[in-house]
Amino acid sequence: MKAWTLHLALIAGLFAAQFLLSPYHATNLARIMVLAVFAMGYNLAFGYTGLLSLGHALFFAAGMYAAGLSAQFWGLSAGPALILGIFGGGAMAAAVGLLALRTAGVSFMIVTLMFAQAGYLTILYFGATTGGDEGFTLPAATRTFLGFDLSTDTPRFLAALTIFAAGLLVSLVVVRSPFGRTMVAMRENEERSRMLGMNPFTVKLAALAISGLYSGAAGAAYALLFGYVGASFATIQYSILPMLYVLLGGAGTTLGPFLGAVLMFALIEAASNLTSAYLFLVGAALVALVLFAPKGILGTVRERVARWLP
Amino acid sequence: MAFGPFLLLALMEGLVTSAVLALAAAGLSLVFGVMRVVNVAHGEFYMLGAVLAWAVSAVVPGPPAVAFVLALIIAPFLVAAFAAAADGLILKRLNYDPEATIVATIGLLYMIQQATLSLYGPNANPVQAPFEWRIQLPWFGYSGYKLFVVVAACLVLVALWSFLSRTKAGLIMRATQIDRTTARAFGINVDRVYMGTFALGAGLAALAGVLIVPIQQAHYLMGGDPLLLSFIVVIIGGLGSLRGTLVAALFIGLSDGVISMFFTPTLAKILATLLVAMVLVFRPQGLFGAKA
Repeated sequence: MKAWTLHLALIAGLFAAQFLLSPYHATNLARIMVLAVFAMGYNLAFGYTGLLSLGHALFFAAGMYAAGLSAQFWGLSAGPALILGIFGGGAMAAAVGLLALRTAGVSFMIVTLMFAQAGYLTILYFGATTGGDEGFTLPAATRTFLGFDLSTDTPRFLAALTIFAAGLLVSLVVVRSPFGRTMVAMRENEERSRMLGMNPFTVKLAALAISGLYSGAAGAAYALLFGYVGASFATIQYSILPMLYVLLGGAGTTLGPFLGAVLMFALIEAASNLTSAYLFLVGAALVALVLFAPKGILGTVRERVARWLP
Repeated sequence: MAFGPFLLLALMEGLVTSAVLALAAAGLSLVFGVMRVVNVAHGEFYMLGAVLAWAVSAVVPGPPAVAFVLALIIAPFLVAAFAAAADGLILKRLNYDPEATIVATIGLLYMIQQATLSLYGPNANPVQAPFEWRIQLPWFGYSGYKLFVVVAACLVLVALWSFLSRTKAGLIMRATQIDRTTARAFGINVDRVYMGTFALGAGLAALAGVLIVPIQQAHYLMGGDPLLLSFIVVIIGGLGSLRGTLVAALFIGLSDGVISMFFTPTLAKILATLLVAMVLVFRPQGLFGAKA
């Protein structure tokens, strides 16, 4: 009950935020919410199931290009393009999982990294269609949903909020369901869960596929709301970002990814006024987190103060 | 040019790539073998070696050969010292946990890269080769310096091999690799071995960077490609096996030379990365490694 109240209050607070923030900050918040969906997906794989992947950019890009290319070439509108993007990300994650989940630990990290790199290079290779490094902007006509123009501020914010709210509540339901408990069992002790009659491979594959659905949704939403599709979203950096958000906010907490995304966004925003080398901060934050706060902010809060936090 | 000489040129270029790659990958393989740490920042040590070589050549007056020899000594030493500090300050405190160290070295990668961008700038700078000497073959002239790189890399690798197999320090290192706990029980200071290994691995990467800089230019993003290639080499050669690494470096370097001369490099890279993923999934001991 407490958990539901907290999550719904956050969503209500975000809805109110659009009236209080300047258009510039509201757009940034929309961007953060979309990236938080990506991080929530990453969190389901890494935080709950213990799958440390370095290849989530591939799933994000799969969603982005599935939505973007279908809008570009078939003139699909935002609704169908988003659905295509969600399933694009999920299918890509399932396909990668079928192979990569035969490995574990460090090998899993490298295999996912290599698949993501191959995906990135493939986008460059088919540059004639994908626009390669430069990417392409989506035609304005396709960026509409039920008559609303998603390139204007208010519909864009509301669309981002809707996707974010859906993602957040679904993740809350998933992690508190029996399936969510088996996900945690994989993270805590795979051998013992196997002894209890679970099949680790199918559980992990399902978790990774769900994570892929989230990543695909975020990628597609990013393309549709901000109107740009490019290969830079498939680079290793976009695999690191959700990991950073999750580590900062707290791995294995439902609200951690959003908190991490907000804080990191604010930090980078503040730093990029000072220096062009703001990625230095990303690196420093990663090192500091693994050294001093491996549980992240909400993970520490849960341990010390509020044990009920999901 | 006829096909024969063209292939010869491709093979020679590939041999240079192999030589530099073998040095960098040997460092990565050593660190993984002894410490079980996947060092994602390895490419940045390579880059630091190249940038420091440029810095030395900019400061030291006189003929380029003097500056080059100085750089060959100073750059790997400084990078090794830096790596030793990173080991003591970061990796040791993580208890060398494999997953945490990967995240930490990713952080290290960004920090080194961006610090270099701030201090050194976004430009690529050339370094003059220590000697200008061309070998005139019947079909084309070839840079003598490139052949020197191959010879130098071979010498360093032979030295590394004799260090590991013939000296007491090498013996201690191998003992730690095989069984860390037993090594400690026999009075080996494992922490110091780890620090030394990490420094040695970084130094090898830096040395490769110094050797390559007269051929390529020094740039703050130049660590990406060798990192990827070293990963490919180490994995195909079998994680932690030095001999496998060297064979794979030769194989990958030569095929890289040939493939990128006859096909598009992007396609070659796609195939190589997929090959690595498949090797890890289906043959984790590597193509050349013995069954684990």
